Amino acid sequence: MSEGSGLSRRNFLTAATTVTGLVGVGFTAVPFLASWKPSARAQAAGAPVQVDISKLETGAMVRVEWRGRPVWILRRSEDMLERMTQVVGQLSDPESLKSEQPSYTQNDTRSVKPEVLVVIGTCTHLGCAPIERFDVAPEDLGPDWEGGFYCPCHGSKFDLAGRVYSGVPAPTNLPVPPHRYVGDDLIIVGEDTGANA
Amino acid sequence: MNSARADAVTGGSRSARFLDWIDARFPLTKMLKEHATEYYAAKNFNVWYVFGVLAMVVLIIQLLTGIWLTMSYKPSAADAFASVEYIMRDVEWGWLIRYMHSTGASAFFIVVYLHMFRGMMYGSYKPPRELLWIIGMLIYLALMAEAFFGYLLPWGQMSYWGAQVIVSLFGAVPFVGDSLVEWIRGDFYISDITLNRFFALHVIAVPLALVMLVVVHILALHETGSLGPDGIEIKEKKGADGIPLDGVAFHPYLTAKDLVAIVVFLILFSGVIFFSPEMGGYFLEHANFEPANRLKTPEHIAPVWYFTPFYAILRAVPSKGLGALLMLLAIVALFLLPWLDRCRVKSIRYRGWTFKLALAIFAISFVALGYLGLMPATQTYVILARIFTGLYFAFFLFMPIYTRMEKTKPVPERVVWHE
Repeated sequence: MSEGSGLSRRNFLTAATTVTGLVGVGFTAVPFLASWKPSARAQAAGAPVQVDISKLETGAMVRVEWRGRPVWILRRSEDMLERMTQVVGQLSDPESLKSEQPSYTQNDTRSVKPEVLVVIGTCTHLGCAPIERFDVAPEDLGPDWEGGFYCPCHGSKFDLAGRVYSGVPAPTNLPVPPHRYVGDDLIIVGEDTGANA
Repeated sequence: MNSARADAVTGGSRSARFLDWIDARFPLTKMLKEHATEYYAAKNFNVWYVFGVLAMVVLIIQLLTGIWLTMSYKPSAADAFASVEYIMRDVEWGWLIRYMHSTGASAFFIVVYLHMFRGMMYGSYKPPRELLWIIGMLIYLALMAEAFFGYLLPWGQMSYWGAQVIVSLFGAVPFVGDSLVEWIRGDFYISDITLNRFFALHVIAVPLALVMLVVVHILALHETGSLGPDGIEIKEKKGADGIPLDGVAFHPYLTAKDLVAIVVFLILFSGVIFFSPEMGGYFLEHANFEPANRLKTPEHIAPVWYFTPFYAILRAVPSKGLGALLMLLAIVALFLLPWLDRCRVKSIRYRGWTFKLALAIFAISFVALGYLGLMPATQTYVILARIFTGLYFAFFLFMPIYTRMEKTKPVPERVVWHE
């Protein structure tokens, strides 16, 4: 065997050993990386919750917790629904095309029943909890404010259907969780007839 | 030199014989010479050259107090907040150890920011010190990660929502963003699982990386040598004995000087610990004295002061993805400094007015952004943040142009020394 071919044989073996070793490292890394995913217990804790809204007054909002996130249920008045239509021009995604919601709420009110809004109350920007500002034209939010939600962290604004205004950091509307009605006033959040029923 | 065995036979004092015994088995004397008694640095170091040593002192304070804190702290959502209060009230001297640790975090960033600014003024990042600079930047990154993970541990309102905001930033990564966020949290929200995980990273993974990077940083420094405020390579002018003419040995000369700096630092450090450990809400934020409530965001969220320059950049952009990207670029740009600066002259002492002006604008922008990041996101503040973000990036963006055209002064042959 010539010196040259011996060297290329040695190079080949070095490369083959390196590649085999790297493949092994790759496989070994899988359990370490996968162990960071939500555990079985964390996933089981994400079970649906039941909310009775029979005592929820018009214009009032309740907060419930689902998967550790605040879910807001707001019973909107006729006036609120009317005011929502006036801000459509200022919204970034009024049709909810880029936003996250079940198909049965992809409508003008983003809800199953027109008056009852169910949304996840975490800002789509960086996850702060926006505060409810149902007052019209307050000093700090300007004369065009028709009521909605305002995020104190970075100034994102949402209307009374959780739709995001344009020109604010939040990219999409507040997400609507999967939910369904059992009877008139009982909502199950986290479950719908389509997916998890 | 390597006649340890012969020496052992011929004698010498008892301690000298013991040292010989060690040196035959471990290069102790050799290492001490290389890194201390025969490591030469420019003899005209000024006060800007103490912050590297001070960063080491703070690192030691953090490691020591950190170990002690883990002895009483409980990394679970149910117990974390109460265990910190337990350390503060019931553990003997627990308040002191915890205040040392919390003040140490801010002190770390103060000395590191000054250390980095020193590097920018005197050209410490310029060839052949590019790697030294990059290793230093990696230390800075590790330090930011360490501070971020540690801030969740007291499980106060600001811990919780700060972590929520920063972790959500990863949601801006295209395509995999949402699953990435879930993977980091290990849950659908910042939970007990996240806290436990951040604890592991804060007390084991990142400190280990930090210590190793510091060792590598010092090895790289001792390979290229310390530059000094004139930006002159002292190794180029050596005496007959092979020792740089303008150099002094690290030990005992610079260690003695550093000792003065350490004493001054410890006086200031103790002043904060004993008289103002919260530093008016800048070192320990007021909202963090309330336990984490995952359904209610505090009215006004601001990170601790050392992250606010980048936070202000994030808020200045009305787009989540772009804001996160700019924030990342603000740090990446610092890594590129050795290649963006085209001027051959290293020290600011002999550089032209363009660089001095640019560096001043950069420093002012950084401080201004830091201030704006602490303030609520009102319209005026956001506009100001946009202006300073522009200036911050202009410093890097136009650097290849204004440093190439720079009119420099002649650099002296030997370091400037005032008797």
